[in-house]
Amino acid sequence: MFRRTFATGAASAAALAALPAAPARAQQRIDINFWYGLGGALGEVVEGQIARFNQSQSRFNVIGAFRGSYVEVMTSAIAAWRAGNPPHIAQVFEVGTATMMGAGPAIRPVHQLFADAGMPLDGSRYLAGVRGYYSDTQGRLVSMPHNSSSAVMWLNLDAFAKAGLSTTDLPKTWAQVRAAAEKLKAANATPVPMTTAWPTWVMFEQMASIHDVPFATLANGFGGLGTELQLTGDFFQKHVNFLLDLQKAGLFRYAGRDSAGDPLFPSGEAAISFNSSAGRARIVREAKFNWASVPLPYHDDVIQAPKNGVIGGASLWPLTARNRSADEYRGMAEFFAFISQAEQDKWWHQQTGYVPITQGGYQAAQAENYYQQNPGADAAIIQLSRAEPTPNSQGFRLGGFVEIRNIIQEELERAFQGQQNAAQALTNANRRGNVVLRNFERANRG
Amino acid sequence: MQRKTIFPQKGLPYLLLAPQLAITAVFFFWPAGQAVWYAFLRQDAFGIRTQFVGFENFADLFADPYYLQAIWTTVFFSVSVTVLSMSVALLLAALADREIRAAGLYRTLLIWPYAIAPAIAAVLWLFLFHPSIGLLGRGLNAMGVAWDYRLNDGQAMLVVILASAWKQVSYNFIFFLAGLQAIPRAVLEAAAIDGARPIRRFWTVVFPLLSPTAFFLLVVNIVYAFFDTFGIIDALTKGGPGKATETLIYRAYLDGRVNLDLGMSAAQSVVLMIMVIGLTIVQFRFIERRVHY
Amino acid sequence: MQAAPPADRRRRRADLLTHIVLILGVLLFALPVWIVLMGSTHDGAAIGRGEVPLLPGAQGLDAYRRAWTEGAVGTTRVPVALMLWNSFVMAMLIALGKIAISLTSAYAVVFFRFPGRMLAFWAIFITLMLPVEVRIFPTFKVVSDLGMVNTYAGLIIPLIASATATLLFRQFFLTIPDEFVEAAKMDGAGPLRFFRDIVLPLSRTNMAALFVILFVYGWNQYLWPLLVTTSADVETIVIGIVKMIGTESNIDWSVVMATTVLALLPPIAVVVLMQRWFVQGLTDTEK
Repeated sequence: MFRRTFATGAASAAALAALPAAPARAQQRIDINFWYGLGGALGEVVEGQIARFNQSQSRFNVIGAFRGSYVEVMTSAIAAWRAGNPPHIAQVFEVGTATMMGAGPAIRPVHQLFADAGMPLDGSRYLAGVRGYYSDTQGRLVSMPHNSSSAVMWLNLDAFAKAGLSTTDLPKTWAQVRAAAEKLKAANATPVPMTTAWPTWVMFEQMASIHDVPFATLANGFGGLGTELQLTGDFFQKHVNFLLDLQKAGLFRYAGRDSAGDPLFPSGEAAISFNSSAGRARIVREAKFNWASVPLPYHDDVIQAPKNGVIGGASLWPLTARNRSADEYRGMAEFFAFISQAEQDKWWHQQTGYVPITQGGYQAAQAENYYQQNPGADAAIIQLSRAEPTPNSQGFRLGGFVEIRNIIQEELERAFQGQQNAAQALTNANRRGNVVLRNFERANRG
Repeated sequence: MQRKTIFPQKGLPYLLLAPQLAITAVFFFWPAGQAVWYAFLRQDAFGIRTQFVGFENFADLFADPYYLQAIWTTVFFSVSVTVLSMSVALLLAALADREIRAAGLYRTLLIWPYAIAPAIAAVLWLFLFHPSIGLLGRGLNAMGVAWDYRLNDGQAMLVVILASAWKQVSYNFIFFLAGLQAIPRAVLEAAAIDGARPIRRFWTVVFPLLSPTAFFLLVVNIVYAFFDTFGIIDALTKGGPGKATETLIYRAYLDGRVNLDLGMSAAQSVVLMIMVIGLTIVQFRFIERRVHY
Repeated sequence: MQAAPPADRRRRRADLLTHIVLILGVLLFALPVWIVLMGSTHDGAAIGRGEVPLLPGAQGLDAYRRAWTEGAVGTTRVPVALMLWNSFVMAMLIALGKIAISLTSAYAVVFFRFPGRMLAFWAIFITLMLPVEVRIFPTFKVVSDLGMVNTYAGLIIPLIASATATLLFRQFFLTIPDEFVEAAKMDGAGPLRFFRDIVLPLSRTNMAALFVILFVYGWNQYLWPLLVTTSADVETIVIGIVKMIGTESNIDWSVVMATTVLALLPPIAVVVLMQRWFVQGLTDTEK
């Protein structure tokens, strides 16, 4: 069946091959529990990844468990740790990074995990944009990069053609996006000219990063727990006003929080959408039109050479537990080393649409002309690595970031309903977000 | 509330009570006591750093205008759900209790939705009201109504109220029907002979006899709207847009499970507990009174 | 002949109105389920694009076959057959367990006098007032300390204590006439025999009604199983569906919808098949 070809092929074949053998060998093997939060086709690839590791050696047996959404993986892993019964490895989304780093004895930093196991760990093998997000202030990896994406712009080329827009010279700046949206509306090419998924991630975090604008003080929280939000600055005012103008003109539709905007693009309802590069698998399967994915647009009156975007996605955290043996920690390190191999990384990247986590994986994909055959599959990689990261574009390390994202979404929603203007929304979000940061600081200091 | 005649054994009743009490102690009191204790602590997510803060969590809570707003949201939501689900159920029950053809079939067709889980009910409603994949949502938009409950406070509230009330109608229907069927036919016939019109007859004769059932359901529905609807809100609006559909239980859930602030969440649970204790005492006194009839 | 027409016409008009309102009510409940039923026979991608179907599609029962044997391939990978079995075991044991321990404790509270009687009653009663959220993390810790994570026992026992059932039985027992007890005592029957020969048979309809309520309660559990199960062996169907919808995923909507239909069938069957005792049991309790 066509719909499953993209992600399953090798994955399910490998999983099936591994299954019959597993029980027989399970007695001698050391079990490593791995909780993850990727559903659908992506979860299938995670299982494939696990099956590949289990086949590659005979000492360890990784057992994957899909635990629901990212939030559920994180909360249930924390609850399990508190109850003394955690998995070995938990997949935690990027906004949970600060919380996990504050967890002290609950986690075993990746660099220490490798050192204890006597295994080498060369940080420079990992893509800079990915590594930076998950490293401590000394530049050592704390969690293992796993699935990283970036936000890209998705364009419905059939709708562009219908509106008389070029399908090769695609918009690069927000002004061009607006012009295109106006033409799309005039031609009634799609019911909605433009929408977005992940409003905070795309319109705040990514925009701050590529425009080199601080989202929070102390290098977006990398510099310490005393960080404060900077949402009331001119740039955010400008951008939120820009979105509100588009909405008033009927060019932009707010499609809901987090991933709620996902279906509008593949369904053909919106011609322009902003979403994770990992949405590729779904769009390949569902979209019945020609499309393209390109880097996010920028305001050319703010910056002429946009910086790198930040990553989204999740990383793998090694959790501690009473009675956890050195062998078990060793198995965790072995699994991490395995998924960092160029060949495995390339496979993961191509199966999921996430960016490769290592230089080697990227080069291996280039070597087989993958990006010529799949135009746009490298939009996220280009965007992540197009400039040397600045303190404003290396990522975010904010406590209670999940809550802060929700606060921003709530205030945006009130602005989109006309209950408040951009300045008020940003002032409120800033004030409420800072309360969250202060609470996190109090709870995590000393 | 006491029987006059009883058995004299002293040891046996303890034995009979033992399983229930043991489970209650181990799985209710012990953990609940811990939860109350958490309300006075400030902890990081992992519980590594713990600090006793007295009533600070409660003070923060009531100083938060959004919490006070959530109280009003909850009151409005609960009253709407209760009134809507009870009145629809009463109407359907009164009609299904009439002697008409296929009455039994109607009853069956109205009772079965009782079996639907709230989490699944929300999914069902998504397919109805979602602006881009929902049947009614698309229809409304096609008709020119700007339907998008994710960006309209009123519509969001409407959707969660409808979905929550919908889920509860069958439950109320069953109890109302049971209540109606328990009314002696002679009473109804006597009223009919008096020549009162059916609707008047219903309000003057039938409804007063139903009032114990109605009161019981009132409490059950309010408790349902308070606690059991968070799955519906979570699936449909996540408390938004803004904080338009954030009820007290959803807020406690958010702070505890999403924002990982256990102290704050526990403080909210204590507040909720006090509210439910109030409700339950009212209900209990009422049940006691009825048994004396 | 001449007196009948106005009243007769009025009655017929009222009947017609009754039918119309009831049919509307039935449709109100059936529509969402109908959409899911029809959706399950369509191609998953079409539903993802928003083409909500009202008529059967070309895929027929294929989604059911896949759901039954494979589950949602991408997420839980637990065959729906297994999840249904787990849900069934859980719902069944919760319902029977609750009925059993509530019967005995209500019997103890009503038919005996002993020190601590009111204390015991209130201890049970007060559990009504502890919403799940207030104690879910600590309860999980207790279950984990007892080594019951990922077991049927851990899934079921913490949910078995039941204030509602105890209350209902207590209320019913209070209506059992004193003469019955006196007659039993005169016959020399002890409390256990009285329980077995008189109380249990009299409680049959109440037990049936409670069974329906509690089976549905057990079947529909969500938060607790989510926390306490991490292994596919004890995954329940409601959790399975919510997980299938998941996040950041490519949802196979037809399998999700087929699973939803399968998940609805058993509790609906229980409600519909036991409907008579169900309503009657509640009516008895009302008296």
